[in-house]
Amino acid sequence: MTYSPHTEADRARMLEAIGVATVDDLFDDIPPAVRAGGWEVPDPLAEQEVRAELARLAGRNRIPEVSFLGAGVYRHLVPAVVSEVIGRPEFATAYTPYQPEVSQGTLQSIYEFQSLICELTGMEVATASHYDGATATAEAALMACRLTRRHRVAVSAGLSPDYRRVLATYCSGPGVEVVTVPIDLAEDGSGATEPTAAAASLGDDVACLVAAQPNFYGQLEPMAELADAAHAAGALFVAVVEPTSLAMLEAPGAYGADIVAAEGQPLGIPASFGGPYVGLMAARMASVRQMPGRLVGATRDVEGRKGYVLTLQAREQHIRREKAASNICTNQALMALAATTYLAAVGPRGLREVAELSMLQARHTAAAIEAAGLGRRRFTGSYFAEVTMHVPDAARRHAALAERGIVAGHVPGRDEPALRDTLLLAATELTTDADVERLVAALETTR
Amino acid sequence: MSYPDDLRYSKEHEWVRVEEGRATIGITSFAADELGDIVFVELPEVGAALSQFGTFGVVESVKAVSDLYAPVSGEVLEVNDALREAPELLNSDPFGEGWIARVALSDPGEAEALMDAEAYAAETG
Amino acid sequence: MSVAEAPGRSDHSGRGSAFSGATAGDELTIVEPLIFERSRPERRAVRFPAASEAARRAATAQPELPASVRRAAAPRLPEVSELELLRHYNRLAHLNHAIDLGFYPLGSCTMKYNPKVNEWSARLPGLAESHPLDPEPLSQGSLELMWLLAELLKEVSGFPAVSLQPAAGAHGELTGLLMARAFHRSNGEGEQRTKVLVPDSAHGTNPATATMVGYQAVTIRSNERGGIDLAELREALGPDVAALMITNPSTLGIFEDQIDQVVAAVREAGAIAYMDGANLNAILGRFRPGHAGFDVMHFNLHKTFSTPHGGGGPGAGPVGVSERLAPFLPTPIPTLVAGDPAVVRANAWAGHSTEGARFALDADRPHSIGKVRSCYGNFGMFVRAYTYIRSNGSEGLRTISNDAVLAANYLRVRLRDAYDLPYDRISKHEVVFSGRRQKREHGVTTLDIAKAILDHGIHPPTIYFPLIVEEALMVEPTETESLETLDTFVEVMEGIAALAASDPAAVKRAPTTTPVGRLDEAAAARRPDLRYAFDGDPAAGAAGTDMPASPAAPSEAPTA
Repeated sequence: MTYSPHTEADRARMLEAIGVATVDDLFDDIPPAVRAGGWEVPDPLAEQEVRAELARLAGRNRIPEVSFLGAGVYRHLVPAVVSEVIGRPEFATAYTPYQPEVSQGTLQSIYEFQSLICELTGMEVATASHYDGATATAEAALMACRLTRRHRVAVSAGLSPDYRRVLATYCSGPGVEVVTVPIDLAEDGSGATEPTAAAASLGDDVACLVAAQPNFYGQLEPMAELADAAHAAGALFVAVVEPTSLAMLEAPGAYGADIVAAEGQPLGIPASFGGPYVGLMAARMASVRQMPGRLVGATRDVEGRKGYVLTLQAREQHIRREKAASNICTNQALMALAATTYLAAVGPRGLREVAELSMLQARHTAAAIEAAGLGRRRFTGSYFAEVTMHVPDAARRHAALAERGIVAGHVPGRDEPALRDTLLLAATELTTDADVERLVAALETTR
Repeated sequence: MSYPDDLRYSKEHEWVRVEEGRATIGITSFAADELGDIVFVELPEVGAALSQFGTFGVVESVKAVSDLYAPVSGEVLEVNDALREAPELLNSDPFGEGWIARVALSDPGEAEALMDAEAYAAETG
Repeated sequence: MSVAEAPGRSDHSGRGSAFSGATAGDELTIVEPLIFERSRPERRAVRFPAASEAARRAATAQPELPASVRRAAAPRLPEVSELELLRHYNRLAHLNHAIDLGFYPLGSCTMKYNPKVNEWSARLPGLAESHPLDPEPLSQGSLELMWLLAELLKEVSGFPAVSLQPAAGAHGELTGLLMARAFHRSNGEGEQRTKVLVPDSAHGTNPATATMVGYQAVTIRSNERGGIDLAELREALGPDVAALMITNPSTLGIFEDQIDQVVAAVREAGAIAYMDGANLNAILGRFRPGHAGFDVMHFNLHKTFSTPHGGGGPGAGPVGVSERLAPFLPTPIPTLVAGDPAVVRANAWAGHSTEGARFALDADRPHSIGKVRSCYGNFGMFVRAYTYIRSNGSEGLRTISNDAVLAANYLRVRLRDAYDLPYDRISKHEVVFSGRRQKREHGVTTLDIAKAILDHGIHPPTIYFPLIVEEALMVEPTETESLETLDTFVEVMEGIAALAASDPAAVKRAPTTTPVGRLDEAAAARRPDLRYAFDGDPAAGAAGTDMPASPAAPSEAPTA
């Protein structure tokens, strides 16, 4: 099945106009030594056959009946109206809005997105999106290096292991050194970064301190104190935040964040085995020229209409080339539109309800596990909607439950040996009381 | 095309006006036209030491970015703060209100060796 | 600023009698208000259920949120009904041009048709709801799909190894250069190799990527035939060169007919040969970079493999690499751990079950450059690309390039009288014209021409790229446009060339039928307005409405 409309008659007409005998003549300039021969690509499939093939693959996945898995990717409701909007072909099959006169739909929706992210984070400017939260975090750290002209970055071990790996890879590019600030992983510890430990990692060559709120283990961090510690050492503070939590938790702009990075997946984007997601980045206007990524600005047209354009493009690769802040070209526009539509669909009350329900069900889960004597919270101190529970023999029991279609969260012990025998359990507004009961009952059977 | 004849010009399209050991520097109308609508200027710091033909700032238009190359060496005495709010002065009045910096000349001979208005006009065709 | 028309009414037909022309002073005509301007207190769209009493009671045994971390004021998200919301975004959609509406011959972007069966696949719940950290036994379908896609990309490109992790072409470039550097370091040549060679026709991402990896980008000129200057390349190649990044076919749409010598020279100098795969649509089944000596290439799934552009992403930029770079690939890699690869492929190609095969994520890669993004890549785009490749099959993929190249050459010969053709040779899938004649003779620039094209319901070609062509107009029709569409485009372009001669002012006034006219980009950059100002206060930070009462109070319980 091919999508080319050309018939043999069409092709003949084109060949005649061009003045060659066969289409092969148009490939004569490929040196014979490197011309491709045969290949092992399967035969074409008709639509019903390709659908059967994709259904076959989908069928080899087993979507759990009960899941408490988060660890950076959260199963929230994707409202039907969000899917509807991003399914519109005028949004989905449009290109980057380099010709603004025919791209006002895309441009205005990005302006709305930028506005929403600023409002959630309490910052002055937000970009049109990055690939994901991890790359947004890495770009934020490199931006801090450019702004301060320093070449080391301090990152809290409370950031997800994936984010720290991506940060390390990005920093290896320009040779920026990454220093890890330990968090208190001890039993009955805070599970968070200590400001004094953070201060000890800072020095006059450290560009920024990076910390997450909530952190990877669900714990709440003393962000204002960490921001102060960073600023006292002349460094910037990069806050990595979870967007639904911003309905309840203080905006990073209010506690001294200089740059904010986040993963927007919880805002109306399905888990989709890891992508596409959407990275969020926000900062102060004073640093806008060092911000990587696209920006949309409002302006007017020749006849006095309000309109929107890509702006401050001189920062970007297509103009600055080797002097660009980043090489980013394609971003995640359609996912940013999903997040925009989601935030408008849930509104301030809905986002608060999502946050409250998530927090409540996480507490319900922790309480139920403790009440059944199956485990106890690893850390003291409060958490948002994800909690690290000490559960004996966690890895074995997690695997046993998985076989029965129950995913008992994430096993942090895989990446962090100190947390062997813990489960990281997340709840969202989709978590039901029945889910909690089933989890507890299943854990009971694996004692 | 003719250019003010009391100025000297560098190949990189900067101009210099020398008055008693001090120089005022800027970019020419040719450069401003090539760049198009200028939207931002990164000015040097007062007190900075410029060396001839070294970069001392950046000028940004909607569609392009260009380094600024110092036509003369010396210490920056003053910068034109008006350009921060109104970078478009570089388009509308590049030889007057659009001046970029005033510099204490460390070597008056440098300015002498630059092109005069006629030579610059010939250079830019 | 004020809304010039009655609330709810907006203009989506463009100009014409609905407009009375320019408004005075600061009052701007609003085409479609912002979603914030449609907000009314207490309106809402989606609702959530209330928590049960039992859950609330149980939760009280757990710590609350401390006051010190609580938000002072609720974020001012829009309060709209679902219908209002939908109408707003539908009206915004109406302001866009898109492939699904009309011709989009953007050179270098490959704006081909995005098949809807790809969307059907991506929405299958078994795939869309798959969590990346689910235990591997639950994710065999996702892992198999990634493995099969990688196998197909290997066949297409001739590379023995592939990573699907990069999220976009530029991201793939970053990955490729990081691997090149890791390779040189492993040979003790990391310090000495500091430069990356890039043709002057290169896409801006190439030198930008070089800088991100700490390399110095060095430009190599193109020769008068539009290919890279081999002599200059040989001069520049030395022990301090880490890599050559080259697009093939070039950004001029021309195949590098000395490519074998180019690659040989690069390898002889001990450098890595990187191919920017943006133009793969031209050479499917004709040229396989992995068999031609290249070390690494990035694919753009959103170009060659039809995944939709989405207004600027998401895309996907997998990389194929040679054996010597394979150890450095990003980690983890979906791998077949039980089963014979040839058998698994044969079953998958024939639509048979692959139940016996087991896949896992291989993270045991000690020389890997690490991770370039979270998880494994833009999986949703893999589903679409896989659907596309299986639909087309071997025959279909070859037809893609044949027809893409036919169409571009057809436009080349039909438009070369009306517009200058700097390199009049056989093109591949795109052709670059120059608007310099129109500029010199009539003062009409390529920008003006592009704006005039908009009035015909066609998206302009890429303009002012590549940089080595004055007033460049890069046309890429792709293989999915009918002859009628191509002929109409020729008429439109000839008409504009004629209008440029007879009435240049008319061209310079364009566009006049789009939702907005030319926009003041200088003002947008000089005085940036990058977010909505609530209550007209540009410094508005986190100030907003008071937070509703605490969640513990049952009287504030959200109702369904």
